[in-house]
Amino acid sequence: MTVTASRGPKGALAQPPEKNGLGELRLALTRNLRTSGIYVALVALIALFALITGGASLSAGNVTNIVLQYSYILVLAIGMVIVIIAGHIDLSVGSVVALTGAISAITVIKYDLPWWVGVLAALATGLLIGAWHGFWVAYVGIPAFIVTLAGMLLFRGLTLFVLDNVSLSPFPDEYGVIASGFINGWLGGYGYDVFTLVVFALGVVGFAMSQYRSRKARMGYHQPVPPLSLFALKILAVGVLVMAFAWKLASARGLPVVLIMLAVLIMAYTVMMQHTVFGRQIYAIGGNLAAASLSGVKVRAVNFWIFVNMGLLSAVAGIVFSSRTNGAQPGAGNMFELDAIAAAFIGGAAVTGGVGKVVGAMAGGLIMAVMSNGMQLMGIDQSLQSVVKGLVLLLAVAFDIWNKRRAGAH
Amino acid sequence: MPDYILEMRSITKSFPGVKALADVTFSAERGEVHAICGENGAGKSTLMKVLSGVYPHGSYGGEILFEGKTCEFSGIRDSERAGIVIIHQELALVPHLSIAENIFLGNERRGRGGLIDWHKTQAEAAELLNAVGLGEEPTTPVGQLGVGKQQLVEIAKALAKDVKLLILDEPTAALNDNDSAHLLDLVRALQERGITSIIISHKLNEIEATANRTTVIRDGQTVETLDMVAPDVNVDRIVRSMVGRDLESFYPERNPTPGEVVLEVRDWTVRHPQQDRLVVDGASFEVRAGEVVGIAGLMGAGRTEMAMSLFGRSYGRFVSGRTLIHGKPVAPRTVAEAIGHGLAYVTEDRKQLGLNLLDTITRNVSGAALPKLAKWGFVDANLEAKLARHSMDSMRIKAPSVQSVVGKLSGGNQQKVVLSKWLLTGPDVLIIDEPTRGIDVGAKFEIYTLINEFVESGKAVVVISSDLLELLGTCDRIYALSGGRITGELPVAEANEEKLMTLMTKEKEAIG
Repeated sequence: MTVTASRGPKGALAQPPEKNGLGELRLALTRNLRTSGIYVALVALIALFALITGGASLSAGNVTNIVLQYSYILVLAIGMVIVIIAGHIDLSVGSVVALTGAISAITVIKYDLPWWVGVLAALATGLLIGAWHGFWVAYVGIPAFIVTLAGMLLFRGLTLFVLDNVSLSPFPDEYGVIASGFINGWLGGYGYDVFTLVVFALGVVGFAMSQYRSRKARMGYHQPVPPLSLFALKILAVGVLVMAFAWKLASARGLPVVLIMLAVLIMAYTVMMQHTVFGRQIYAIGGNLAAASLSGVKVRAVNFWIFVNMGLLSAVAGIVFSSRTNGAQPGAGNMFELDAIAAAFIGGAAVTGGVGKVVGAMAGGLIMAVMSNGMQLMGIDQSLQSVVKGLVLLLAVAFDIWNKRRAGAH
Repeated sequence: MPDYILEMRSITKSFPGVKALADVTFSAERGEVHAICGENGAGKSTLMKVLSGVYPHGSYGGEILFEGKTCEFSGIRDSERAGIVIIHQELALVPHLSIAENIFLGNERRGRGGLIDWHKTQAEAAELLNAVGLGEEPTTPVGQLGVGKQQLVEIAKALAKDVKLLILDEPTAALNDNDSAHLLDLVRALQERGITSIIISHKLNEIEATANRTTVIRDGQTVETLDMVAPDVNVDRIVRSMVGRDLESFYPERNPTPGEVVLEVRDWTVRHPQQDRLVVDGASFEVRAGEVVGIAGLMGAGRTEMAMSLFGRSYGRFVSGRTLIHGKPVAPRTVAEAIGHGLAYVTEDRKQLGLNLLDTITRNVSGAALPKLAKWGFVDANLEAKLARHSMDSMRIKAPSVQSVVGKLSGGNQQKVVLSKWLLTGPDVLIIDEPTRGIDVGAKFEIYTLINEFVESGKAVVVISSDLLELLGTCDRIYALSGGRITGELPVAEANEEKLMTLMTKEKEAIG
């Protein structure tokens, strides 16, 4: 496949970095065109829709709404990008969202058990389903496409069965807090929530410090780093954007509970993928399966746990979705898998595996979210929205392939 | 003036950094069986790829005349249309299709309206099977046949294309004795029908028995063409011609001081993963501390297979045998266990089996030792970066930084990354398969130096190589492997290329 054409020319070392700042900037940009391009695209999209909708897309209410509405897709995208990095795919997550939500609803609504029992039941269901997929993929050796296609049908069917084909609602109020709750007023409010701003400000400071530390470390190992001015500019830009976002949330209803959960998941999984043996072995398997297994990686075990994890995150998404819709529906989660897959690919994951980042998938998911939301605000027809989303996915991956070919060409 | 069906004049072919064919002139008379011999990497396969159009006209230098006409093939289809068919070592048959479908694949017998005429297909296939002496139904799926029979289907396929010149690349490498004999009989029968054959083979006995003439190629150049009916031409004569070179002095000096036995292998026997034949057959050898031991063998001798099966059974199906490390019996069943016992295997195919080309030097170097660099499952990033940095310095890896993507490095630097990766696991025994394949001379010297440094620290090394000079230049003792069996062992002081080549081409009967 030409998709893997990232191989360099034989015998050629990468060119030495240019010395002047502008040259370095250009080099850094072109070198990371794919990874940096996605964030630029996200910001450009936000600006574009703000312009078209006359600022309506940036209203405090709408910003909060985007977070609530797409949180579960982002949770799925975390698991999906990991599955894709390992060289697999999971088509079943939409059905698993439905089934885990239904199990939770049955536990809490039908059997009148506390809300947290429902959450635990849903998580356990997700783990079991993940183990089921992992068993067939890792230990029997059936391609994930087939296993999860079967899972998609199987678990949708089970959802219909356990729900008797009818919706189940409503959940008690506590359950609704998961997806629609806010932290507001802990440090007082003056038309805006101080606590939210403080949390985000701490986040920005933390981000700046970790970036600075990694820059220092890179310099300690004599690796090329962008000039300090560019570095500061990047931190400043991120800081401004994040604080603007925080301001919007603070002026609306405060800090969404689901956003805290999402932030924790993103950080935990980023650490897992970059700093644990398990995460690194996932990249190794996706990058070169044969080399990984000849290096002592227990390929089967790693593949198994990747799917267990996907099942767990599908259950988390199922809980959030059932909480948001305040019940369980037989058709819940339909086509979610496609949004999650699209998020991963737009976010820079390689079709052939081995490449991808959790943060990239989040940016990819947000691009889809901002586009959908913007087009809804503009009153664009559902059919046209789907056309646009399809084209964006296609172009994003085409750009990825073009970029790799260009890198491998000379 | 003999009647030449094929003349190849002054053929040259270069790849980036390597001159594969420096100057090959070669001609085949109409109706003869012509053998081509040479060491691995001498340029035989490249020459045949030039002839069959795999490397299109314009990508090589020199001239090809087929039936007196200049040929400018731009692909395999062109050469096949002219009547040249090449049968590769890895057979190109579709296992799920029937014999008849395979024979006429890409060359379908059509009837009315362009649709395939199945009656004609079956009838002609039956005739062709008869011609090659294969008693199978044309409707049998090819996947159900053994390799020997599949080889015959390939020849039937060539006959269906009205072949005039048949090229067989290592036709008997994967065949047992009966199948080999049958195949060579068939080649002689085709000769009587006026079909010219070129056979590339390492099995010199077969060549002696089958070929009319033999051309020897060495280092991309024609050495000579021998007339096989001449009285002084025999296997020894061909061997001398294949290896006749001086030992060049680009191997670093060292003073071997072998200590106690580190790795001992007894009666190691391994079956092919799919086929019912032994790839390694009762091999026994030992390696001492401070010693470099070589394994010599031609393609298909089972060198890589033996090494990989020793390395956590990562090749084939284990049949029997024992391994002892430092005198203690061990039986690693997985790569992780093998690493744990202090074994390391550096693959001959670094791109497919050794590296993650998408990832950085750091992450490739730490790949096999990752569990050792971690606490509670978390990789110690500082330690990892320090070790990667250290590897890069001590191995003299030339790259912009440890964060450089491995896919963009040169072959020599990639090889050093693979070596670093395995040295980082702290092995007692390092098995290196083709340590210098596809890398330039300067990098070769550095790799040899690194091997010496490793051995001088009291560790043991096994070098597997197709390059006999490399084995003679780097090893203290050399084992020869042929047909999965150890056919001899020579201290380097007593070894030379002729002796090794004789052992390497020794066949089963000769061992007794």
